[in-house]
Amino acid sequence: MTATPVERPLIELRDVQKLYKLGGEGVRALNGVSVTINHGEMVAIVGPSGSGKSTLMHILGCLDRPTSGSYVLDGGDVQSYGDDALAEIRRAKIGFVFQQFNLLPRMTALQNVFLPMIYTRAKERERRAMESLERVGLGHRAGHRPTELSGGEQQRVAIARALVNKPPVLLADEPTGNLDTKVGAAIMEVFRQLNAEDGITVILITHDPTVSASARRVISMRDGAVVSDVKQAGAKA
Amino acid sequence: MSPLDSLRGALWSLWASKLRTFLTLLGVVIGVGAVISVMSIGRGSREAVTQQIESIGSNLIFVRPQAIRDQNVRGQLGSGLTLSLSDAEALADAPNVAGVAPEVNSFAQVQAGGNNTATRVLGVTPSYEQVRNFSVADGRFITDTDVDARSLNAVLGSRVATTLFPDSDPLGQTIQLNRRPYRVVGVLKTVGGGGQGVQDDAVLLPITTVQTRLVNQRQAGGANPVQLITVQATGEKTMDAAKEAITALLRERHRITGVDDFVLTSQDDLIAARTEVTNVLTILLGSIAGISLVVGGIGIMNIMLVSVTERTREIGIRKAVGAKRRDILSQFLTEAMMLSIAGGGIGLGAGFGVARLLEKLTLSGQAVQTLVTWDVAVLAVGVAVAIGLFFGIYPAMRAARMDPIEALRHQ
Repeated sequence: MTATPVERPLIELRDVQKLYKLGGEGVRALNGVSVTINHGEMVAIVGPSGSGKSTLMHILGCLDRPTSGSYVLDGGDVQSYGDDALAEIRRAKIGFVFQQFNLLPRMTALQNVFLPMIYTRAKERERRAMESLERVGLGHRAGHRPTELSGGEQQRVAIARALVNKPPVLLADEPTGNLDTKVGAAIMEVFRQLNAEDGITVILITHDPTVSASARRVISMRDGAVVSDVKQAGAKA
Repeated sequence: MSPLDSLRGALWSLWASKLRTFLTLLGVVIGVGAVISVMSIGRGSREAVTQQIESIGSNLIFVRPQAIRDQNVRGQLGSGLTLSLSDAEALADAPNVAGVAPEVNSFAQVQAGGNNTATRVLGVTPSYEQVRNFSVADGRFITDTDVDARSLNAVLGSRVATTLFPDSDPLGQTIQLNRRPYRVVGVLKTVGGGGQGVQDDAVLLPITTVQTRLVNQRQAGGANPVQLITVQATGEKTMDAAKEAITALLRERHRITGVDDFVLTSQDDLIAARTEVTNVLTILLGSIAGISLVVGGIGIMNIMLVSVTERTREIGIRKAVGAKRRDILSQFLTEAMMLSIAGGGIGLGAGFGVARLLEKLTLSGQAVQTLVTWDVAVLAVGVAVAIGLFFGIYPAMRAARMDPIEALRHQ
């Protein structure tokens, strides 16, 4: 399957504001962010620390709600959802990949991949977990604990976990931040394949230029606002 | 999240920290075990007392004279001389009465050959054998002829018989009682045990013989008083009716308008009186054991709170991949419940075991009797489970309410 960028919006942010109260003082983490991301895109969100990119990622990932503005994900208005409804959205529509991998240390690779499915009534859960692991090339390491796996392998397990409920979008927060350059490049290759072959929308939050270089679109942020939104036709694919 | 996944997950994480799980369980096990074993002693001794009192016969009502009052000094219960043999004879015809056994008792030194012993002397009638559940091992019981003739025939309790006649058959032999010879016509079966099982250590004579030769009390009218009339009701359900009939009949016979000159006590009253202290002690000790159960529950809560804090990141991950509040709640609540249910189950077994072990003990010459009843077992385990739920809900709610972003940042 080839990713054909039909102009079908998956994510629509309209004038999103996010205010935090820190010690009585209001902090404006996001200040009027409006972004549209279509199905099948591979987008990098870059910016220095404090630019609001982590806050944006939390809102995109439905871990948090905007203070004002609207967020429509796959046709649903996230702003109006309660906590449990947000959990349901996270389960069905979003796959998270973290910088620290965030695997459960007491579980095997396969059990970690299995984890999101225990909150569903999905059928053939074991088979799907195994398929997901095989998709990232780690079928042979299914029985190993995270401590027995290399950093790159752990991140692949995390990607397999993010994929297992077949979400339309993967959200990766500094996915190569804890990996050396070579392994990081291999992980980026996995994201590119998932984007190109399976048509999964990939959103990367990073400050690493080599990571953002592999995205077709780069959104730069500073002080809680989007300062540039560039489509780079020559992204290496 | 399916219940099976919850159970598997809880089992998994409890198994992962075995020592901690074991120690937490121990708190509940000790609590439940303590409640069950303490209650088993209470129930057991109550059962022992009940058996003992019921061994002297069934559906018995004891009629005693009211205490003597002399210038506001109240004498011992039964010290009055108000009951007579003719009262006993009249009671035999009262409704709901199956049998009547009047008695007079005294204390005397008995001797035979070179052996002697101090023992209780009971003056009885033939009906005593049936009403008080006595049985003769050898020879015969006191007969109506003995009573009518005030004969000098005696029936010996088994211990008296072996003390006086260690090497020979006592039947037909003579014993000396108050310097007067009596012929042994029967020996009672050995009953054993303490308390009411005094019939082993007694000499039974015709009631009339004791009245005239040993006690020698007279009522105002000149008749011989009796000290106790044991009335057997026709059944458990007719006890109250029999009591009423006895009271009415004696009031009429004694022409009473004011205070009764007799007192009725039933076997149930005896059981209640004798178990009162035990019951209070059982409740007291049971409450202390119950406190240890609560402490065990607090142990669960403590460990669950530690576990929730330790696994904050795990909770964050689970929430990020789609766990709802109730999924996290049920995960931690299942763990707490598992701890308390397993602790309750093991504690039940431990309580049973301790109860068994206690039965091998003897305290002040008496074997400890224990009884684990269903109500106590169900109560103890039920309370353990309720405590697990109560103390598990707060940590579980804390876990469920965590903000996923904060939880993911937790190191």
